[in-house]
Parts: sequence; C-alpha cells; structure tokens
Amino acid sequence: MNVALLIIFAFAALALFLGIRATHGKEMNVDEFAVGNKGFGTLFIFLLIAGEVYTTFTFLGGSGWAYSKGAAAFYVPAYICLAYVISYWIVPNIWRYAKQNHIISQPDYFASKFNSPILGLVVSFIGTIALIPYIVIQLKGLGIIVSEASYGSISPLAASTIGAIIATIYVIISGIHGSAWTAVLKDIMILFVIVFLGIYIPFHYFGGIQPLFKAVEAVKPESLVLSAEGLSISWFVSTVILNAFSFYLLPNSFSVVLSAKGERSLKKNAITLPLYTLLLLFAFFIGFAAIIEIPGLQGADGDLSLLRLTLQTFDPWVVGIVGAAGLLTALVPVSVMLMSASIGLMTGFYKLIAPQASDRQQLIVSKVFVLIIIVVAFIFTVTGGNALAILNIMSYSFIAQLVPALLFSFFNQRAFNKFGAMAGIITGVAIVLYATVTGAKLADAFPSIPPIINDINTGAIAMAVNVIIAIFVSLLTNHLISSGRKETYQEPAKDLVK
Amino acid sequence: MIKLLLIVPFIGMCLLLPFANRIEPYIFGLPFLLFWIILWMVLSSAILAIVYKYDPANQGGEEK
Repeated sequence: MNVALLIIFAFAALALFLGIRATHGKEMNVDEFAVGNKGFGTLFIFLLIAGEVYTTFTFLGGSGWAYSKGAAAFYVPAYICLAYVISYWIVPNIWRYAKQNHIISQPDYFASKFNSPILGLVVSFIGTIALIPYIVIQLKGLGIIVSEASYGSISPLAASTIGAIIATIYVIISGIHGSAWTAVLKDIMILFVIVFLGIYIPFHYFGGIQPLFKAVEAVKPESLVLSAEGLSISWFVSTVILNAFSFYLLPNSFSVVLSAKGERSLKKNAITLPLYTLLLLFAFFIGFAAIIEIPGLQGADGDLSLLRLTLQTFDPWVVGIVGAAGLLTALVPVSVMLMSASIGLMTGFYKLIAPQASDRQQLIVSKVFVLIIIVVAFIFTVTGGNALAILNIMSYSFIAQLVPALLFSFFNQRAFNKFGAMAGIITGVAIVLYATVTGAKLADAFPSIPPIINDINTGAIAMAVNVIIAIFVSLLTNHLISSGRKETYQEPAKDLVK
Repeated sequence: MIKLLLIVPFIGMCLLLPFANRIEPYIFGLPFLLFWIILWMVLSSAILAIVYKYDPANQGGEEK
C-alpha cells in the first residue's frame, strides 16, 4: 500500500459517502430518483452537464488522441461547444414539454410526443445499447487510471470492480442526487488537476506553450493540422455537426435536462459551458508534450500518455491526487448513465407491459435494471473484445438517428408522424449497423468519389437517409392516423418562428 | 430573430475551417488551427450571452 493508493482510496470513500448522503431527509420516489423532482438549479445542472464532458476521456482520450492523432483531437471541444450553442435552441423546447406532460425519461418523451408507446420502446432499446459501451469505457478507463496511478499495486480489473460497486451503491440509494453530489467533488478535483498539469508540464519540459508546439512542429508537423484524407476536414466537420446535434440526445444528457428547475438555468449554462470546455486544451498540451517526452506508445497505449508523463514527472502524492481525480471522472458519468438507462428501460419497456404499476414498483424495477445494466457492462469490461469496439463506434451514430424525429417533433407532425419516425430511425440504425460491421465506406460502392465525400461520417449519411425515409413514410401514412391523435403542444413552434 | 445569431459559431467552426487549417502564424503561443478553435469557443460563449440578453423569452421577472 503506497501513498498514491491511499489517497485514491480516501477519495473513493469520500465519493461514496457524499453519494449515499445525497438524499438525506428526502423521500425517494421515481421522480426524485430519475430527475431530482425537476428541482436542480443552475449550478447542479452545470456540474452534471460538465460531468458528461469531463469523463475519463479527458484523462485518457483527450491527451491520447492529441498524442497519436494530433489535430483530429480538436473535434472534441469543437462539437461540445456547438452542442451548447444548439442546446440554447432545442433544450428549452424539450424541458417545457416535459414539465407540462410529466416526462421523466427520453423514451417517455418520444412515446408521448408521437403518441406511440412502441416508439418509446424502440428509443429505450437504442439508448441502452448506445450507453452500455460508454459505461464499459468508463469502467475500463477507471481501471487503467487507478492501476497506473497506484504504481501497479492494484490490478485494473480490481480497480474497475471497486469503481463499479461504488457507483452502483450510490445510484441505487440516491439516484441522480448521488451523481449531483459526487459531481461537485469531481469538478473541483479535475479543474485543479488538469490546469496544474497542463501548465506545469509544458513549462517544466519546454519553458512555455509556444516552445512546446515548436518542438512538436520540428518532429511531427503533420500532427498540428488536419490531414488531406482520412481524419480530414470533411470528416471533422461532419463528425462535429453530427455529435453536436446528438449530444443532448444521449439518454444521460437528456436526463440532466429534465432535472432542471427552469429553462433559464439551462440557457445560462449554455453560455458558460463553452468556456469550461476550454479545459480540454490543457489535456491537449499534455498529449503534445508526451509526443516529445515519451515517444513510442503504440496504438491504444497512446491513451496512457498523460499518466505515464505524470508518473515520470511527479512525486507519488501528486500521482495519487491525479489518480483520484481520474477515478471521480469515471464514477460520475457511470452513475448518470446507469440511472438514465435504467429509467429509460423502466418507462419504455416495463410501463408498456405493466401500465398499472405503482410508483414503488416502478422504483424497484428501475433499481433492478441498474443492477442488470452494470452486470452486463462489467462482463464486457472483463471480456472486452471486438464486439465492444464496434458498439463504441456505433454509439453516437445510433443516437444521432433520433435527432430528426426530435427536431421535427417541435414542428408540424404531419410531415413526420410516428410511422415515419419509426421507419426513419430503424433505417438509419440499420445503415449504421451494416456500415460498421462490414467496414463499408461510400468509396466501395462508388470508387471514383473524392475523399472529401468519402470521409463524411457514416452516421451523418445514415441520418440523411433517415430523414428522407421518414418524410416519405409519413406522407404515405398520414391518413392512417385518426383525428384522435393527442393535441400537440404548440407553444415551442411559435417560439421558433420569432 | 435574435436566435439566428446562433448560426454564426457554425460558420466559424465548420464553414471557415478549411482556411484555418494551418500551423502559422502562432497566436498566443498556439498553432493557428488550435487558436482558431479556441477563438470560436470563446466567441460562441459571447454570442450565447448576447442572445440570452436580448431574447424576449428571458425578459420580465424571475421565472416561476
């Protein structure tokens, strides 16, 4: 047991304590569990949304992409920033409808808006399938961070297991409240750690930021710009736009939106969050510094660049604090994802087969889903393998297929009814599935197309087909929908034409 | 109408990107492409603040 591991354990215990205490004095019901009774103010929403951004990705992927893929890594802050810009427009529409119609999950929203429980079921399955790889990535990342930061005195698997248990305990006890409270601790830690490392390392090794980049330019100039093919400009732009629109459709982000007290707190956060995302810049500095200082990490090992550089530079107690911050960046998103996936399945699936279930039964079923999901994620964490890598690539592209239905749900539903939405979503998902499993690109079908088109993100192409199919099917099936259709909520639409 | 301003960050971050895909000149110690993205993150925040201030939906009283 070394000092680094002691520090990590101390923070793990603190997180568990905060998570369990979070609902102190509150009576637990489904609303409290899922969306904090729609009572979270600006600060909690800020921390929860930021929690989705500063995940283990900041620690491993942010620096890792900068290390192994260079400027392509910049797509991350770019899409997150634009997601906030879009959120100013779409999120209040979602929140207002949810408030009026007592919506507590994403499948609930789609089922209600399109008056189609089956659509809710489809959405809940897509959401869960997309979230499981994310949970697995966080658990794996957690294992790597804690194992490295403890100088190998605990195995990655043991660390992942402990992390999974902590997150599960406080989600089951406190629901989203547990995530909110641990998010406070996490954000203080990550802010401190990433800014410190991001400034200290370039100055320590290179004497400044510009000298760092000059040194990188001398060795690997191509890593500072986007390449002409592959991870090119058209890949960058299509991925940024696709992810920006999908961001708030990840079930975990959607849940956070629903937990807000008012729409102004959501809008205010849209202003400050792009600035907060600037923190990723510091992770990039570390990744670029690692290109010079610890060259030779191959493939996925590039993700270790931040930790290896930290180990090489600092005393064990600093390493312990970095490891603890890494642990927390995994726990918070895992807990929100677990909660939102379980509530999604409960509302989309369980309520469909048991519409008369009491609040207490719904709460119990939600907690059972939490356990099932974490067990499935844990099995994937242990076994790993190809299936997971494929799922991970598909996650965002899957979620993106819900975007057209969401956007059209704000407007006239004649052009995009429940049949159209369903047909579009299923077609889009099928295209993504086919393209990912077979590795097909457009160039296979049309060999002569230029890279600028071939590099477009598959999810974006699937989304375009999705829209066309949806509108086509809607126009064909409109006569099937009787006038008994639920009155749609009109105010957001008015708001949009201002 | 003020919400149309929200398109501007997309123009900067996506449409103008081909012109920003270069290393020189360095600004604030950052290679130009990285600086460009950072710049638009800061501008996005500023634009959102302007939209928030002038959006009629946010006028009048604290929200219920």
